[in-house]
Amino acid sequence: MTMWPSADEFAALHLSLSVALRSVLFSLPIALLFAWLLTRRRFLGRTLLDAFVHLPLVLPPVMVGYVLLLLFGSRGPVGGWLQRELGIQLIFTRNGAALATAVMSFPLMVRAMRLSLESVERGLEDAARTLGAGALDRFATVTLPLMLPGVLAGAITAFSAALGEFGAVITFVSNIPGETRTLPLALYTALQVPGGEHAAARLALMSFMLGMSGLLLSEWFARRVRRLLGR
Amino acid sequence: MFSVAVKKRRGSFELNAQFESPTPGVVALFGRSGCGKSTLVQVIAGLLDADVGRIALDDSLLLDTAAQVNVPAERRRIGVVFQDPRLFPHMSVAANLDYGRKRAAPPFFVTLDAVADLLGIGHLMDRRTHQLSGGEQQRVAIGRALLSQPHLLLLDEPLASLDAARRSEVLPYLESLRDQLAVPMAYVSHDFDEVLRLATHLVLMDAGRTIAQGELTAMSLNAELRSIIGPEAVGAIIEGTVLDPDGLSGLTRIRVGRGELKVEPLQAAVGAKLRVQLLARDLIVATSAPRDLSVRNVIEGVVTQLVNDSGGSDLVSIDIGGALIMARITCAATRELLLAPGRPVWALVKSVSLRGHLGGLLHARA
Repeated sequence: MTMWPSADEFAALHLSLSVALRSVLFSLPIALLFAWLLTRRRFLGRTLLDAFVHLPLVLPPVMVGYVLLLLFGSRGPVGGWLQRELGIQLIFTRNGAALATAVMSFPLMVRAMRLSLESVERGLEDAARTLGAGALDRFATVTLPLMLPGVLAGAITAFSAALGEFGAVITFVSNIPGETRTLPLALYTALQVPGGEHAAARLALMSFMLGMSGLLLSEWFARRVRRLLGR
Repeated sequence: MFSVAVKKRRGSFELNAQFESPTPGVVALFGRSGCGKSTLVQVIAGLLDADVGRIALDDSLLLDTAAQVNVPAERRRIGVVFQDPRLFPHMSVAANLDYGRKRAAPPFFVTLDAVADLLGIGHLMDRRTHQLSGGEQQRVAIGRALLSQPHLLLLDEPLASLDAARRSEVLPYLESLRDQLAVPMAYVSHDFDEVLRLATHLVLMDAGRTIAQGELTAMSLNAELRSIIGPEAVGAIIEGTVLDPDGLSGLTRIRVGRGELKVEPLQAAVGAKLRVQLLARDLIVATSAPRDLSVRNVIEGVVTQLVNDSGGSDLVSIDIGGALIMARITCAATRELLLAPGRPVWALVKSVSLRGHLGGLLHARA
């Protein structure tokens, strides 16, 4: 058995990273908005929205993929419109894979952001206000920097989770080599082929190393920020 | 003129505050803890909306619910110093100081250098805020508020979170702010010593309402104030003028009313205005001109009023010529001396006793 991954396996790794990155970039601003809404705003249906955001944690991933297929498929209400008006196709593409992983990791990201937003002292925002900072100014110069550790922890956790998403991806965008076959899908495929054990082992090891470095990176970063803030 | 008239209901608590104070000057909002001072601060700063009311500072109208005027907090130009320093932990001291300055509109009346000098924080610029002591943090917070070029500096118990040593470290800086900058200040406190040292105007609050107000000297003998600060702290605050140092005794002479006080030598120019507090418990009353006494300060006056105080003692008000002082004596002494309004008396106070609580109470005002 050779330890060195094949070109296909590298492609799967590369694709996984690309999908996870797109997924995080796409969901970050939306998660920030939802975290802010759920923490700072009191409105009718807030509890319902809160539950809705958390749904992907408790639903079978295959079901999430299925719902995405209904909504964003070529004949779906959103997918059809996107394709007609903007020429964007999600189904069977890596952008679609990114959307599926984004939906699945969205609750993780919102949770981390909410926790850090709750720990930002409102008194500091009041102080900024009396010093002449308007709402957006306060958010950009005081709130956001202070919740940055949570935002980054959320982003790294979501990124790591996105690397491993399987059910929603394979249901929504299928398993196309070079386009939607991410690491877990490649691993699954390898296990389906007689004699694919070596490939599977290599892919598993790659997944392990990726996950581990993500977690270590996030911990290192959190410590650095804490020290910077003197906590 | 700084004028406030606001109402705000919060659950079962109702704030109903009304006062006016001259600008520039320091108006102290004084009352026991929980009397609604902090709610009033929030309303003045614009961090909390009043139900009804009007707030005006000189010629700018900040709030008028009748005319639907409500300038948001970020545009009120009120620099607030809170109980806790509230420095931004992700910025250096210099960046904290710059925060308000960058957002201020000209004209600028105070520069970074002046503030750093005035508050003694020049050497702290590159520090992170968590490396500062409590007193240093509060001084930086004061500087940050000042540099936002406020039209009013609102201080909400800025010393309450500090221990006694830190408090006496910061207090002199506040005095020099008052004396060297013309920015009007509103000082909220439940500590009468701080009020004595800083305020020119006093507003008393109790249970959410403003109950009395006026010049500090005029307010010093107010009955409502007496009930808040307790009998031990009662005492007239009078204006004095520094006369020549007495060549013979080495004491500084101060003119108060028609009389004169001799106190331990002061670093004050001839003609400087001072405020002197004469605690009622430190005064002795005589009905004939006293002789052969060690007491240096004997002031002639006329009894104007006798009020029975709790605990078998009377408070005697004495007019010393344009100023009122007050002495606490026992009821027995009142009877024996046949004290009554209109009776000429001599009030005695030891110079050392005066010096004993001079610690800042007696201070020069520009």
